[in-house]
Amino acid sequence: MAGNTAALHSPLGLLAELTHVCPLGCPYCSNPLELDRRASELDTETWARVFREAAALGVLQVHLSGGEPGARRDLVDIQKAAHAAGLYTNLITSAVGITVETLQKLGAAGLDHVQISIQDSEPESADHIAGYKGAFARKRAFAAAVVELKIPLTVNAVMHRANIDRVDEMVALALALGASRVEIAHAQYYGWALKNRGALMPTAEQVERAAAAVADLRTRHHGEIVIDAVVPDYYARLPKPCVGGWGRRSLNVTPAGKVLPCHAAESIAGLQFWSVRDHSLADIWANSPAFNAFRGTDWMREPCRSCERREIDFGGCRCQAFALTGDARATDPVCHLAPDHDTVAALAAAAIRDDEPYVYRRM
Amino acid sequence: MSEPTPAIPADARPRLPRGVRLVHNEAQGGWVLLAPERVFKADAIAVEIVKRCTGEATFAAIVDDLAATFKAPRDRIDADVSALLRGLADKRLLEL
Repeated sequence: MAGNTAALHSPLGLLAELTHVCPLGCPYCSNPLELDRRASELDTETWARVFREAAALGVLQVHLSGGEPGARRDLVDIQKAAHAAGLYTNLITSAVGITVETLQKLGAAGLDHVQISIQDSEPESADHIAGYKGAFARKRAFAAAVVELKIPLTVNAVMHRANIDRVDEMVALALALGASRVEIAHAQYYGWALKNRGALMPTAEQVERAAAAVADLRTRHHGEIVIDAVVPDYYARLPKPCVGGWGRRSLNVTPAGKVLPCHAAESIAGLQFWSVRDHSLADIWANSPAFNAFRGTDWMREPCRSCERREIDFGGCRCQAFALTGDARATDPVCHLAPDHDTVAALAAAAIRDDEPYVYRRM
Repeated sequence: MSEPTPAIPADARPRLPRGVRLVHNEAQGGWVLLAPERVFKADAIAVEIVKRCTGEATFAAIVDDLAATFKAPRDRIDADVSALLRGLADKRLLEL
């Protein structure tokens, strides 16, 4: 956008989606509906360059994610390149389609942290949600290997209608696995989760009980495990400050090399993304049209423009504004000040009534 | 949060666990503590304390060292260091 006067910050984190290949089919997958094919993936050397450019730009942490990053045969070399660039390396894995041998190599090469997704505390339900028989048992075994290697472990639990009543059990499982951190992350409705909203949306009562459970668990396990919670924002009054502000704290590189302000940004029609194949990361961060589209506050309209929270929650989530109103510059309708705020509650109510089977994420 | 905070034993040897690192970064404006999927800015005092948490120095030695370096009363340093380290340990950013 011409005339954007927003101050340019240095990004802190880079989400590296190394591949979209994944053995699991979770119906809330954060990957886009249109998945990148193997043949289009960046090679090892390009990733190494991206990491060096990221470090020079101020990035401190890289999240090696996917799909399942273990599906990349060069994962260890990729991690080594990130480590050599001076970045804190975090592996975000399904723990399926990655071997303990690979983990050991990553550990020896200085991997800083591992995050494993766990779909439910009940094995049968967990495997059903993942669309993969035996996934739960493999995750347990892989988590044990992480802890044995003394690499800190986070359990990521995406919560939705089928498992939200088991917040206590999920935290107990994370503790039993030896995790130092657990994310109780309610499904966010973009891409696959939006497609599956009818199957995933919890009720307001479930959400209230889950919030109370988290508060109680935090008190009980203070100092023992860190419990981070991502709220289900269809029931919220204030929108979430999407990625800490558009083009402000983080960036995301897709398997094919497109650079996005957040992982869902491609869902917004009309944005122009640049690729690491054609531009340096610094050039993309400063000049790519997609990054400048909603950076700062100049793009805002009322009620955001004069809102005292405009630099706290940045008008909420651009992807959600687009998904629910068709206009990415609109106030996120989750905000109680948004003109179409009431439609969100209506959408949630309608979603609860549709008890549809999962549309699994598949290539 | 419910129980009173226990004092840190004099012979504890605090250290940063794997996955937690103190780094200096110009682009981010100084010292930061990197942790699993979190980044904390560290002010000058926190940096002086955390740098000494090597797993070798005891809590008592760290307090002595800081009291001598900054010519400050030992009991005040003891209270400040205790509060900071306990806070970090509660967030799983430090091992006591």
